[in-house]
Amino acid sequence: MSAANTFRLDGLTIEFRHGDTIMDAALRAGAYIPHLCHNPEFTPHGSCRVCVVEINGRRVAACTQPAAAGLEVDNSSGAIIEERRNLLQMLFVEGNHICPGCEKSGACQLQAVAYYTGMLSPHYTHFFPRRTVDASHPDTAIDFNRCILCELCVRASRDIDHKNVFTLSGRGIDTHLTINSPSGTLGDSTFAATDKAASVCPVGAILPKHCGYDQPIGERLYDRQPISIVGDVATQETDDHGEEHGG
Amino acid sequence: MKQDEIIKAIIASAGDSPETRRQYLLQYLCQIQHRLSYIPGDAITQLAAMLQMPAAGIRGVIGFYAFLHEQPRGDYDILLSDSITDHMLGSRMLLQQLCNSLGVEIGVPRADGRVTVATTSCTGICDQGPAMLVNGQVISRLSGSRIDRICKLIETGTNISQWPAEFFQLEDNIRRRDLLLADETAAASPDGSALRVLLESGADALLDVIEKSGLRGRGGAGFRTAMKWRFCKQAAADNHYVVCNADEGEPGTFKDRVLLDSYADSVFEGMTLCAGVIGASRGYLYLRGEYRYLLEPLAAVLQQRRENGLLGQRILGKDGFDFDIEIHLGAGAYICGEESSLIESLEGKRGIPRNRPPFPVTHGFLKKPTVVNNVETFMAAARIAALGADWFCIAGTAESTGTKLLSISGDCERPGIYEYPFGVTIKQVLEDCGATNTQAVQVAGAAGTTLPVAEAGRCIAFEDVSTGGSFMIFNNERKLLDMVQNFAHFFAHESCGFCTPCRVGGSLLKDLVDKLVNGHATQYDITAMQQIGALMKRTSLCGLGSTAPNPVLDLLERFPQLVEDRLAHSGYEPAFDLDAALQEARDITGRDDAGAHIEAST
Repeated sequence: MSAANTFRLDGLTIEFRHGDTIMDAALRAGAYIPHLCHNPEFTPHGSCRVCVVEINGRRVAACTQPAAAGLEVDNSSGAIIEERRNLLQMLFVEGNHICPGCEKSGACQLQAVAYYTGMLSPHYTHFFPRRTVDASHPDTAIDFNRCILCELCVRASRDIDHKNVFTLSGRGIDTHLTINSPSGTLGDSTFAATDKAASVCPVGAILPKHCGYDQPIGERLYDRQPISIVGDVATQETDDHGEEHGG
Repeated sequence: MKQDEIIKAIIASAGDSPETRRQYLLQYLCQIQHRLSYIPGDAITQLAAMLQMPAAGIRGVIGFYAFLHEQPRGDYDILLSDSITDHMLGSRMLLQQLCNSLGVEIGVPRADGRVTVATTSCTGICDQGPAMLVNGQVISRLSGSRIDRICKLIETGTNISQWPAEFFQLEDNIRRRDLLLADETAAASPDGSALRVLLESGADALLDVIEKSGLRGRGGAGFRTAMKWRFCKQAAADNHYVVCNADEGEPGTFKDRVLLDSYADSVFEGMTLCAGVIGASRGYLYLRGEYRYLLEPLAAVLQQRRENGLLGQRILGKDGFDFDIEIHLGAGAYICGEESSLIESLEGKRGIPRNRPPFPVTHGFLKKPTVVNNVETFMAAARIAALGADWFCIAGTAESTGTKLLSISGDCERPGIYEYPFGVTIKQVLEDCGATNTQAVQVAGAAGTTLPVAEAGRCIAFEDVSTGGSFMIFNNERKLLDMVQNFAHFFAHESCGFCTPCRVGGSLLKDLVDKLVNGHATQYDITAMQQIGALMKRTSLCGLGSTAPNPVLDLLERFPQLVEDRLAHSGYEPAFDLDAALQEARDITGRDDAGAHIEAST
């Protein structure tokens, strides 16, 4: 390890490879930077901004910022953690996230990162948008109330499944996930429960049917250990399906 | 021609491969919208097949741009400019008059399919407003009587080509000329003088001249033009591109409209010069959809240049100097003025900003090295090449050489275009345009700075008050809160929705400003606005998000008394009106008696 290919993350020396982002190098080194729209299997996106870090007094998204030798990256100052908490609170009030009634509770990345950053309430005024639930598919349901627009399903369906089932439409606060099918519902799209897109959702928007609450609350992914140790939902689901480990 | 044939004819103009065609998606959609007043489902199906892309992806593009619709808008699609300067000239009352006379609701097509009336962000006619667009044609200086006449023409079904010509008359209103605008005749005929200098001296010597001139980007960011061109030239690739950003969407600015109207040849000369320097064979002018009426005149200027050997193959007879320019239309999205969004839009997609690095100078249009410059920058570069660096440096300050075009609107006697050497004081500008009793000036548009008149000693320059050209004046009779509210709504409407802080923060901020204007805000809400504003500034992906809170933050910092006067005299007020929240229940039950209301609010 030489100074030419290392930077410092909260004082910790992190080695990086050519082409790495701050996030890539940190993940490989086992250092946790909170994130939602990032998944190392896909091109970095930079939309949720939860992985915001400070470099030379400037805020950047760790998932899109190229690593460079000698950088001092602040990943844990009070200000950074507060900003992340505020961004998470914005995501909570934008949709309808009723954790106690959500099948994903305990295994939801949004909830887990919120716990990790010490979020105690949504703080901002709720938008209470009117969104629908799409139960038209035999094996998978979509609850648009919980979508955080990370576009992981969009990317998975386009880049891995080669089906282009999902896309975004609208603009600004009206941005929303849409489905590519004649009726606009999942049921008559080419989506299958075995698609990569079925297992990348970090929240409870895309859910498998017929297995509700199979795993009791209290025994779920983030119930015993924080997300900083357990890692992302997507990597776990890949393990569950007996596929190759993504990370 | 039947609908089906129109769609076929438009799509048939496409290039060969599906990839090439996909770049033109937005252009096809603009044409279909223009011809049919909406994009029919059939057109989407046909486009999906020809472009080999999912129909939902096409719908996603339609859903992004404010001027594209999946439902018919009617024979007359009217958009009233909703900028604060239009409001100040009485546009809200005219909007009401228009809706009442025609019997329509805002944004809802009339049942007989005759007409739709809606509002749109600033149309860039601020010096001769209020303004509206009718099927893409602009009508300025609206008045009660003009609205009456328009309503009659609509009710009688008169074709727009038969409407009185004076409706569509636009003035340049150039009130002060300096270096760039001094020579009025230069505007008229194709020139080529800058290109001759390039061919004589070579690209490197020309870059040195532009560097020596100190020219910086006129869009407002002020990046050094010579540096941008040099980076792009040095980036190795099989293709390079030149893009002119004519998406003049910043509220209150209209100088690019005037330049494209009267000085287009100089602008194209600047683009061709850039192409010669960086080695590009293709250029694009990205014209905001609001300026669609400039499309034909601009195409004529391009054709004239081709005929004069200043565009096309072997420019000025020089082997290998091949360059042509294509005009692409936007469709009602302020974000596309941001250069990476503009490039996405130019590629036919939703105008979402890109992550940087890489920057457009190395990975721009189609991931190739691309120079994106403002209209005024290209024009200045052409003049500098022809007349020399010293000619340019004579004006301005050490950091900001040359002149700047200001678009002046609002409370003054002589609104219009003013060209000033950089370093001019705001006080001087106010005097020249006949502004009296001034309360504040909004410099650089909604994303800019609100300056109380006490700060009028400050200068227009990159090192002091930087601006892309917008300069809106508010006198003491105006409520500045109205301006802040207008801008907060503008940004919430124009956020692309990609990153969390701008998408959600912008809407939260809009609601808090409404609460303040309505007299319900408390100190707690003020703190929330500051906190949300700071978060947007620090963590947003692009310049839209990081400047969107400026008007709110400026208000809180520079005009605390205005805010104080509007605060509710209590420590806490809920975000919602409890009684209003019961309205839905009242509607359902058909009750409106005292018992169906919250006592405290009656």
